[in-house]
Amino acid sequence: MEATGPGARRSTPLILSAPAALLFASLILTPLLLTALLSFNEFEHATGRTHGFTVGHYLAVLTDEYYLEIFLRTFRVAALATAICVIVGVPEAYILSRMRNPWRSVFLLVVLAPLLVSVVVRAFGWSMLLGPEGPINAALVALGIGRVRMLYTEWTVIVALVHVMLPFMIIPVWTSLQKLDPAVEQAALSFGASRATAIVRVVAPQILPGILSGSLIVFGLSASAFAIPGLLGGRRLKMVATVVYDQYLSDLNWPMGATVAVLLLAANLVVMLTYHRVVEGHYRRRLG
Amino acid sequence: MSFLELRDITKRYGTLNAVSDVTLSVEKGEFVSLLGPSGCGKTTTLQMIAGFVDVTAGSIRLDGRDITHAKANSRGLGIVFQSYALFPHMTVYDNVSFGLEMQRVPKSDRKDRVEEALGLVHLSAYAGRYPRELSGGQRQRVALARAIVIRPPVLLLDEPLSNLDAKLREAMQFELRDIQRKVGTTTVMVTHDQAEAFSISDRVVVMEAGRITQIDEPYRIYEHPETEFISRFVGKTNMLPGTVQTVNGGYASVSLAGVPVEVEAPGVALGETLTLCIRPEKLRLAGAGQGRLPGRVSVRYFLGSQWLYHIDGPLGTLMAVTPNDGSAPLDVDMPVGIDWSPSVVRVHRGVMAEAPDPALEAE
Ligand SMILES: Nc1ncnc2c1ncn2[C@@H]1O[C@H](COP(=O)(O)OP(=O)(O)OP(=O)(O)O)[C@@H](O)[C@H]1O
Ligand SMILES: [Mg+2]
Repeated sequence: MEATGPGARRSTPLILSAPAALLFASLILTPLLLTALLSFNEFEHATGRTHGFTVGHYLAVLTDEYYLEIFLRTFRVAALATAICVIVGVPEAYILSRMRNPWRSVFLLVVLAPLLVSVVVRAFGWSMLLGPEGPINAALVALGIGRVRMLYTEWTVIVALVHVMLPFMIIPVWTSLQKLDPAVEQAALSFGASRATAIVRVVAPQILPGILSGSLIVFGLSASAFAIPGLLGGRRLKMVATVVYDQYLSDLNWPMGATVAVLLLAANLVVMLTYHRVVEGHYRRRLG
Repeated sequence: MSFLELRDITKRYGTLNAVSDVTLSVEKGEFVSLLGPSGCGKTTTLQMIAGFVDVTAGSIRLDGRDITHAKANSRGLGIVFQSYALFPHMTVYDNVSFGLEMQRVPKSDRKDRVEEALGLVHLSAYAGRYPRELSGGQRQRVALARAIVIRPPVLLLDEPLSNLDAKLREAMQFELRDIQRKVGTTTVMVTHDQAEAFSISDRVVVMEAGRITQIDEPYRIYEHPETEFISRFVGKTNMLPGTVQTVNGGYASVSLAGVPVEVEAPGVALGETLTLCIRPEKLRLAGAGQGRLPGRVSVRYFLGSQWLYHIDGPLGTLMAVTPNDGSAPLDVDMPVGIDWSPSVVRVHRGVMAEAPDPALEAE
């Protein structure tokens, strides 16, 4: 009887969640904490040593136009990629959910297949396609339009990000569509609603949670994406993750790199939490 | 021509015939119920009229227009779904007002009509709630209000009252009947509650395994069931197998376990096996030694306005129902005589595949 006493019962959840908590702490919290600590260290350019305590890096980043622009660009790119993923992914998930087998399975596989290919490989694919000697430019030249520079532009990065992120939008939306009672949409139709009205007024509000989680995943991954901006944005079009990389590996200024990384994390958190609050507040009472 | 006409409609799912050759004409303003056991194709039939299930074969006409392949949102029907299908993200008020919005009813009229409909289903106080904040019966009433508020020419109701308590159900039946009389709405209702089907329908359609087995007025379905299935499904019935002993004009003498019984049975042959069906309330319980058959009370159930007895006798267990007129009921183990007047016996030719189990049917 003692084992089931109140004391024992209170500790049970702790014991049960300990393995996961330990894993989480050692793999995520510890590096994060070390990064945060590092960002407050002073850096000696001459020797490369780090020591002491300073908030100088933060001041430097926050007051430097250069960094500000990179942060703004990163969030602009991430926001646009997210918006395009919503615009493309939600209808795609809806159409997918209305398909019949075997087509549904086939197209679901097509949608998810890119996940099986490494991001790096896909980025090189894009750069070959869009490069000055790529098939698109070859076609443009043949048509007499002339070469267009497509690599190392913001839009190229956005398009490639959308390509990589689309499955992360489609999967949660598809899941919430699966939970929908088809009779509810039929009910809207039975009242004379057009298909479009039924989708906008009845289907879309119900899959809002799926769109919300998809957007959060896509935005978070896009804002901290490294491979795509690194390979398709190049030196010219820096994003926050590539700056962090440069600070660590080119300038060897680890504290500065850590500062930018921490600021990216904080900014990402603020954007995502605000978005979550605004959208979730909207549907919490209705959908529970 | 009838207002709503189904002609030979069939729905096949793979090899399963969910609905086969259903032909039904419903007049304008008529109240028709589809009655049948679970899985017999009632919902499928209704969904074909509504346009949500494709018709494999046959045609549907509404008010002279062929709607067999018309889009669901062009049919203008009011529908209560078996699963309610309320809009979960809208309040009760918005749910009910949705159909009016689609009909572009001006906002001021909309308010009055929504409030009237909610009043009709006793939910005025719940207008601001979301469906998930309601009980099952309340949701069902929202579904009903949502369908009637648009005043459709045809109402399709899929078990619209199945989740309500007896009193509320009666009130809603009354309202449905009232709306139908006032507005002249043609109503097709699915139910597996025969009392409900009988009390509010002009005609009842009995379905079995995807087919219509009888279409008739409630009284005739009960008193003149055309098949053994119906007489068993609709109400309780005693089934007495017997053999024809003598034939005399339209009459025959049937031997029930040695007891001869005269019945009206034109066209039967000597030695043929018949099943006599007698409703429990048509059996009279007399004192021991009287009546046509002897018996002994084995169980009794109190049903409020009636007593239901199981009587063991030479033909097995029979059910008898007597009104609760205030006098003392029969005691268990009491010997009785069972009697009936010849006109209450329905004759079916052939023998039932399985004898009815009164103990099961009493439940
Ligand atoms: N989408 C479907 N695919 C395959 N079979 C189906 C489908 N829908 C219904 N059926 C089958 O068709 C038959 C009739 O179903 P239906 O829903 O019309 O029954 P019902 O009479 O409404 O029953 P209940 O009283 O239980 O609601 C059932 O045997 C059911 O299993
Ligand atoms: Mg049904």
